[in-house]
Amino acid sequence: MTAFFQYLGLNCLSFLHYLGELFFLAYETTVSIFKAPIRWRLFFIQLQEVGYRSQLVVIVTGGFTGAVFAAQTYFQFHRLGMDTAVGAVVAVSMFRELGPVLTGLMVSGRVGAAMSAEIGTMKVTEQIDALRALGVYPIDYLVVPRVMAMMVSMPMLVCECVGIGIVAGYFVGVHMLDIPGPYYLHYMEKFTGLRDIKMTMVKGFVFALLIVFISCHQGLNAKEGAEGVGRAPTEAVVISSLAILIINFFLSILLNILFPLGG
Amino acid sequence: MKSEPYISIRNLYKTLGQQEVLCGVDLDVQSGETLVVIGRSGGGKSVLLKHIIGLMKPSKGEVFVEGVNIADVSERDLAPIRKKVAILFQSGALFDSMSVEQNVAFPLHEAGIKDANIIDQKVAEALEVVDLAGEQKKMPEKLSGGMRKRVGLARAIVSNPACILYDEPTTGLDPIVADGVNHLIRRLQKRFQVTSIVVTHDMKSAFHVADQVAYLYEGSIYFKGTPKELQASEDPNIKNFIEGRSEESQQA
Repeated sequence: MTAFFQYLGLNCLSFLHYLGELFFLAYETTVSIFKAPIRWRLFFIQLQEVGYRSQLVVIVTGGFTGAVFAAQTYFQFHRLGMDTAVGAVVAVSMFRELGPVLTGLMVSGRVGAAMSAEIGTMKVTEQIDALRALGVYPIDYLVVPRVMAMMVSMPMLVCECVGIGIVAGYFVGVHMLDIPGPYYLHYMEKFTGLRDIKMTMVKGFVFALLIVFISCHQGLNAKEGAEGVGRAPTEAVVISSLAILIINFFLSILLNILFPLGG
Repeated sequence: MKSEPYISIRNLYKTLGQQEVLCGVDLDVQSGETLVVIGRSGGGKSVLLKHIIGLMKPSKGEVFVEGVNIADVSERDLAPIRKKVAILFQSGALFDSMSVEQNVAFPLHEAGIKDANIIDQKVAEALEVVDLAGEQKKMPEKLSGGMRKRVGLARAIVSNPACILYDEPTTGLDPIVADGVNHLIRRLQKRFQVTSIVVTHDMKSAFHVADQVAYLYEGSIYFKGTPKELQASEDPNIKNFIEGRSEESQQA
């Protein structure tokens, strides 16, 4: 029994230690953003890497999620004679949950893994020490441009995913399943509004911070050797995906108070 | 009267995990002097070097560079000191996403120099000093180990530091390239009057470049003197190290 509590206590302590390190990284990054000069060239490179190069993944994810969700909703609603409500259900779900969560998961897999692998490799090959030795604070050079690029890109990527999902849902509902287009759009407009866009943007922004800080932290703390560098991206993706799913629940509860469902 | 040392290490302790790597190192390096730190592999030489540029914080003790105790300085405030003290890493530690030219120009960009002509000229000069003129466009993965070290050295000297730290500059190089690096260290000292600390276990290199030699043994400075004094020493520990005799050889 003592051993069990000892094990539990040690795990709790190491989790708190990990959280402390993440908050410290976030604090140092905030200080860097306001104190140190911003490296705009690196920011635009990251913007291209994070925002531009994630387009395909996000478009495919949003499109097929919207399409399959419209089809499944139709199969259920058709029995109840509620075909025209499909558009509203698809739009609200895409805005409030599916868009931000799926984009977050896809970006953590594509961008978070790459960030932690790149920074981890730089750490074990002494390139981060070289930066420090040349008088460059690694957080200014490596973390700040990535954080800023993620803060700008993620809300836009989430909106793109939602938009494509809604369009794909409309296409499947109206053109493949013969739901009357004007009614589909009418109910969709009635049940969605600015509050849903705000909710999706807030979630996108929070998930961006989770992914970028978790991934950069894993890279900066990569252990020596191929195994250490290999483990950093795996852990970055697993931790950020779990964090997105868990935080999303609490964020949904909170944001539903701030931006209640319309209709 | 002797002037204030450029680098002064007082009672330096460093523990990594359970292992006490440095236990009470005291060392002074005068301005313009080349000090070679010798010692066995894994004996804490590189750890000592990393303390001098603030890449590691001491468990206990003080490290003064130009009279400033850098153990008390925060990472962000170390930048001005690091611009005066350059380091050549054992692996070269080149930025692998940048060409040779971009690597060497990096400290100049960081110093705020915007004029491309001045940067090109300084990069060309630094590469010429390390015998790599015309190699600007190559990427690090296309370079041999010796070339990487020399590019690392060009990056270290391009902004005219007052002190250069060399971490195993000849390890892994063939004898001819190693000799070239030794001459280079000597040439840099003569040309720019830089203070140098060279960490090595290559005795040929040590005797070639040193004004003073310090022997790091079991975490502290066991001997410090001129190369001649080192060679004349009758201490069995020192003799075994200089002559490269293992315990088996001594028993035989």
